[in-house]
Amino acid sequence: MIDPLFLQAILGGCGIALVAAPLGSVMVWRRLAYFGDTLSHSALLGIALSLVTGLFLTAAVFVTAVVVALALNGLRRMEQVSSDALLGLLSHASLAIGLVVIALIPSARLDLFAFLFGDILSIDQTDLWIIGIGGVSVFVVLALIWRALLLSTLDRSLAEAEGVRPRWVEAVYTVLLALVIATAIKLVGALLITALLIIPAVTARSLAETPERMVILAMVFGVGSVVLGLSASYVIDVPSGPSIVVAAFLGFSVVFLYQLLLRRD
Amino acid sequence: MESGILVELSHAGRREHGQWLVRDVSLSIARGEIVTLIGPNGSGKSTTVKLALGIHRATAGSVQRARGLKVGYVPQSLAIDRSLPMTVWRLIRTSGQRNEEAIKEALAAAGIAHLGHADVHSLSGGEFQRALIARAIARTPDLLVLDEPVQGVDFSGEIALYELIASLRDRIGCAILLVSHDLHVVMAKTDRVLCLNGHVCCEGEPNSVSMSPEYRALFGARGAEALALYEHHHDHDHGLDGGVERMDHQHHTVRAHTHD
Repeated sequence: MIDPLFLQAILGGCGIALVAAPLGSVMVWRRLAYFGDTLSHSALLGIALSLVTGLFLTAAVFVTAVVVALALNGLRRMEQVSSDALLGLLSHASLAIGLVVIALIPSARLDLFAFLFGDILSIDQTDLWIIGIGGVSVFVVLALIWRALLLSTLDRSLAEAEGVRPRWVEAVYTVLLALVIATAIKLVGALLITALLIIPAVTARSLAETPERMVILAMVFGVGSVVLGLSASYVIDVPSGPSIVVAAFLGFSVVFLYQLLLRRD
Repeated sequence: MESGILVELSHAGRREHGQWLVRDVSLSIARGEIVTLIGPNGSGKSTTVKLALGIHRATAGSVQRARGLKVGYVPQSLAIDRSLPMTVWRLIRTSGQRNEEAIKEALAAAGIAHLGHADVHSLSGGEFQRALIARAIARTPDLLVLDEPVQGVDFSGEIALYELIASLRDRIGCAILLVSHDLHVVMAKTDRVLCLNGHVCCEGEPNSVSMSPEYRALFGARGAEALALYEHHHDHDHGLDGGVERMDHQHHTVRAHTHD
């Protein structure tokens, strides 16, 4: 008999992999990997916030990620420092503040390992609802802004000349990203979320001719990684998040080697 | 704004970080007109274009665009990140044009009917510029704006590209705003030239601009000669490189620059 808890985890994981595919593809195209890392590291600060205020965890993580993204935008005005340095600053500062605050709360009984690396068993029905409703909303919004987002990715001036406001579109994208990070944190953990966003998209790149095909292939690889990784973690009792990421990396390696062989012929 | 005017800048300028990128530019583009902006690097050509398109806001003066103006824009040095998979066809669809026939027509008009399914990352410089032009045409624009469209294109491709651009006015009936730092090829078909150097140095028909002392000061006698060459105001027998003897009207652009 398959454990219903395990099925829940598979279902939730697949939901996250599906929404992660388009957001991760955009992340790859726009070179936002480090930005995604920073947002997910800030999740720990969100967890601390939730412990202090009693705010619902997913909501707290989401709010923190959005605040960190806004802070980054504010800091960018400081033109002497490059973006990646600012990301390094925010990423580690929020991680560190989160850890310190959590340590200061005596009543906090937190499985830090689970939050950093994910824990399948912590997924409950509420989480499934959040993933379902959140996922559908993310898809609807993405469908609405897709052309504008693609155009801004191609060239900001071009987008602006054709009536698109890149800043606005990018802000919407950031909010969607924060939403996905907030819902995915239980599954893969703060340290590995970016991997779930990026690795399937990178795997899909060499096999795709158009942006949309890359997204669809990333969905396939993402779902495959979740199923494979969670099954492995269930059978041999290893943490779920790292298992999913390892499975995704295996998928990448297979495609990469396949491409190498093709080129040789 | 008068009817028939697509874009009008009056005394428009832009200042960033306390420095004027360009100032006091007055320019209007009428339906079906070809206007060329020339000037050295950093003279504010791209800024002027961005003011005209509304990409930048004017910090002085005013910019008006006709209501419902449809623009086809080919920005300067657009580079598509290799991580973004893209075919020519898909690139053209980012213009919002979904009609297959219209896309095919745009491809044909740009002379790349055979490249619809090609990967944009595998195109040559000239082919890529044509793909961007096809994309701009697919919007059925009233105004086509091309910012240095021959950059990164080899010499023979350059001439073919200018001929293509000049033919688009008749084919689609759009006005064209062209930015160029090289002074020759498209001039013959240009209705008006604006010479920029932080401000409008001089303007007028290509011929009168080439005669103006401001223009000569900016580009030297050599530039003036190139410009005059294309206007046929003298058919002397020394070309830029001594290789030009007589020019016929149809192909003078090609001959004037053949290094033989």
